[in-house]
Amino acid sequence: MSKDVAASPAVAVEVEGLEKSFGEHRALRGIDLTVNRGECLVVFGPNGAGKTTLLKILATLMKPSAGSVRLDGIDIRKEPVQIRRRISLVSHQTFLYDDLTVLENLRFYGKMYDVADLEKRIREVVAWVRIESRLHDRTGTLSRGLQQRVSIARAVLHDPSILFLDEPEVGLDPQAGAMVRDVLGTVSSGSRTVVMTTHNLERGLELGDRIVIIDRGKIVYRATRDELSQTDPRQVYNRYTEAGG
Amino acid sequence: MLAKIIAILWKDMLTEFRTREIIVSVFVFALLVMVIFSFAFGTGVDITESIAPGILWVALTFGGVTGLNRIFAVEKENSRLEGLMLCPVDRAVIYWGKLAASFTFMMAVAIVVTPIFLALFNLPLFLPGLALIIVLASLGFAAVGTLFSALAVNTRARDIMLPILFLPVVVPVIIAAVKATAPVLAGRPWADMLIWLQILIAFDIIYVVIATLVFGFVVEE
Repeated sequence: MSKDVAASPAVAVEVEGLEKSFGEHRALRGIDLTVNRGECLVVFGPNGAGKTTLLKILATLMKPSAGSVRLDGIDIRKEPVQIRRRISLVSHQTFLYDDLTVLENLRFYGKMYDVADLEKRIREVVAWVRIESRLHDRTGTLSRGLQQRVSIARAVLHDPSILFLDEPEVGLDPQAGAMVRDVLGTVSSGSRTVVMTTHNLERGLELGDRIVIIDRGKIVYRATRDELSQTDPRQVYNRYTEAGG
Repeated sequence: MLAKIIAILWKDMLTEFRTREIIVSVFVFALLVMVIFSFAFGTGVDITESIAPGILWVALTFGGVTGLNRIFAVEKENSRLEGLMLCPVDRAVIYWGKLAASFTFMMAVAIVVTPIFLALFNLPLFLPGLALIIVLASLGFAAVGTLFSALAVNTRARDIMLPILFLPVVVPVIIAAVKATAPVLAGRPWADMLIWLQILIAFDIIYVVIATLVFGFVVEE
């Protein structure tokens, strides 16, 4: 796990009054969130609710229109480069280069992240995601499920303390999805903080220490794991997903 | 910083080495332009100074546009640009890495195309002055082209958008390159092209500095 984690504050993700507009369209309308270190926050919501926009802002890929985001106590607007050393993103897009081999892709990203003892680290992460035998294959020749496992290896190569997962199982067949879930379980354990968006309600409820449901850019439901046993988020989820998408 | 620029350059070179998407298309395009123009205008000594420089730079410029279009297109697929932007580097590092790749591709094409051009017009193959002009003009093209390639990649008609954005901005480089090439091909002294070399250097500096500063805005929103 990240060397900086011990020195990091207990709250890993703090979002206050976050807003994002694209012209007239308000994609996020005042999001407030807190995720403690080592927790898993699962974000549900219908298509177009603003889940991906939220993750893109948290991952410093997009600038917010208003509000503040602090990751590991650092303001993402003030120190974006420093933040990027501590975070990673796995989405349904792999960010991999099809014409490079698995090893070449991992070496490239390892160099971009200044990963120390890169070859040793690559051996570690490929063992976690179980792709040792495909290291010299071009990623374009791999199945979608295998590519996603390489993408997970890429994402944890620099040992991020916060991992963002944007519907990582989209486009995978059930078997590949199960394998990716298994691998994600391995890399998400310990003190790593995870923020995940998904449409898979059962899987999300199983993983999440906290859950939120977003609809039209606003949080319409939030609960901790303890509160989940008292209320049933399925009804709320079904109400919004049926209405919105 | 330099290690990361080299990493991006290496990645692009390795990808191009395996796919040959840029080099082959640019080379074929540039070669065709030169052959067509040489048939249209002839290859006599009388056109060496008046028309031949224009033929060379039309070939390299339009060939360059074809290649520059691909520089960021490769990052669009699989959302790889987001992967690059997630890396803990200043946006300028990404720009410089892609600039290095664009410049290398343009030089690779020039290294193949220019000797053919010189042979077609019965000119000596060793012209250090021309080599210097090509290096300076290619840097200017690559600086502007890399920026506009990043801008055009998110538009629907990116193949049309890049030339529309790119060509008007690089007009000073094209003019300076053509004007500097004419005395070199005619065998006149270096002093005759000095002012145009200075203009090329000035525009290279302006383009690289401005593109470095605005690249972050272009790729972020």
